[in-house]
Amino acid sequence: MNSCTERLKNGIITENPTFVMMLGMCPTLAVTSSAVNGLGMGLTTTAVLILSNVFISLLRKVIPDKVRIPAFIVIVATFVTLIQLLLQAYLPSLNKALGVYIPLIVVNCIILGRAEAYASKNPVLPSAFDGLGMGLGFTFGLTCIGICREILGAGAIFGHQFIPDDYHITFFVLAPGAFLVLSFLTAIQNKLKMPSATNVDNADSNIACGGNCASCVGNCSVANKGLVEAERAAEKAAAAKAKAEAAAKAKAAKEAKAKAEAEAKAKEAASDGKED
Amino acid sequence: MAVGELFVIIISSMLVSNVVLSQFLGICPFLGVSKKVETAVGMGAAVTFVITIASAITYPIYYFILEPTGLAYLETIAFILIIAALVQFIEMVLKKFMPALHASLGVYLPLITTNCAVLGVALNNVTDYAGESFGIGFLYSVVRGLFTALGFLVAITIMASIRERNEHNDVPKSFQGTPIVLVTASLMAIAFCGFAGLV
Repeated sequence: MNSCTERLKNGIITENPTFVMMLGMCPTLAVTSSAVNGLGMGLTTTAVLILSNVFISLLRKVIPDKVRIPAFIVIVATFVTLIQLLLQAYLPSLNKALGVYIPLIVVNCIILGRAEAYASKNPVLPSAFDGLGMGLGFTFGLTCIGICREILGAGAIFGHQFIPDDYHITFFVLAPGAFLVLSFLTAIQNKLKMPSATNVDNADSNIACGGNCASCVGNCSVANKGLVEAERAAEKAAAAKAKAEAAAKAKAAKEAKAKAEAEAKAKEAASDGKED
Repeated sequence: MAVGELFVIIISSMLVSNVVLSQFLGICPFLGVSKKVETAVGMGAAVTFVITIASAITYPIYYFILEPTGLAYLETIAFILIIAALVQFIEMVLKKFMPALHASLGVYLPLITTNCAVLGVALNNVTDYAGESFGIGFLYSVVRGLFTALGFLVAITIMASIRERNEHNDVPKSFQGTPIVLVTASLMAIAFCGFAGLV
């Protein structure tokens, strides 16, 4: 049980996906125009995370290593579809408010990241708690940002208005406000030197590119380009070598043929001589 | 009628509801691969390529396979698999037949599979144009895919140009790095709000 509480703490505080890891930026910016939407999105993602973590953990010995990513995507997409149908049936208003961002949970990097980094290597129970912890951490992050934006932009918390209409800064519930609130959040983290993907290196990641999407500057693409070019050069060299080998073989064959012909001729000449 | 409608789709998908700045799709590459104009344009071009082809493929699949068989609820699973396979396929074809193009776009292609803009556009197309006849719906989907992606290209290129200039500016210490990028994005979003009255 100890590892389960450790997983919860890890998800909510140590590796909080919103504040520390800076993962899943698209929903973080898009649906936090009010606290309720943030909470709804967070809980929906939590449900998908727990279910997919449990399922992937159960199947971790069955799924071949080479096709694990497509397999994970199919599992995640299945649960997202399931949750989407449930929301359509029981919470139509939330489903309408979140719109296309519900199916887009499939491509949320938190879920695939947890599947790859934790659930595919650990037993079922810790994986479930890992999903729960990460999900609650994400929910907490989204709700906090949602509350900030709702207070500033609509003068309300969870829909209860307490600031008169004249004092609202509508800017904050619109698209530009999302970017601005997040920029101030990251600036405060920089100022207080809090652990966050935006100001520390994520060196112990087991993904080749570092897995740090928020502070990635495209280095991985450049590195990839180097790899691709090296691969291409190697291919070219191999092709040239094969060509040279083939040419040498052809030459050898030709020589052998010429030799055989010469021998035959010599034999013929010899036999001719005999006949004479 | 179709021409006017097409014009509205072009303007609204490229400028008014810009994929990054108002729909918040594809934020990761927008923030991540926008440090240099060169890489930003490469990424934008690769995204344009993939989104356009993905729109052209997912709409017929929805219209002729998923909808008639009553499997429309499987659209998320079907589309993500189609997009993943498509990206692999495009990479193979480019490598074989257009090595020059592969050299410039190839490195960005694997990053695009999990780009939410591709899936988002495909899903929006089938929800919005499901009621149209096949020809019209297909045309609208492809045009919307192409111009949404061009909107991404425009946004990421502007972003990269601003960031290149920002390199030499005296940014307050706490705002160095990601925060100033987000402030830039916010100001760009305000500018793009100015297009709201166009349609």
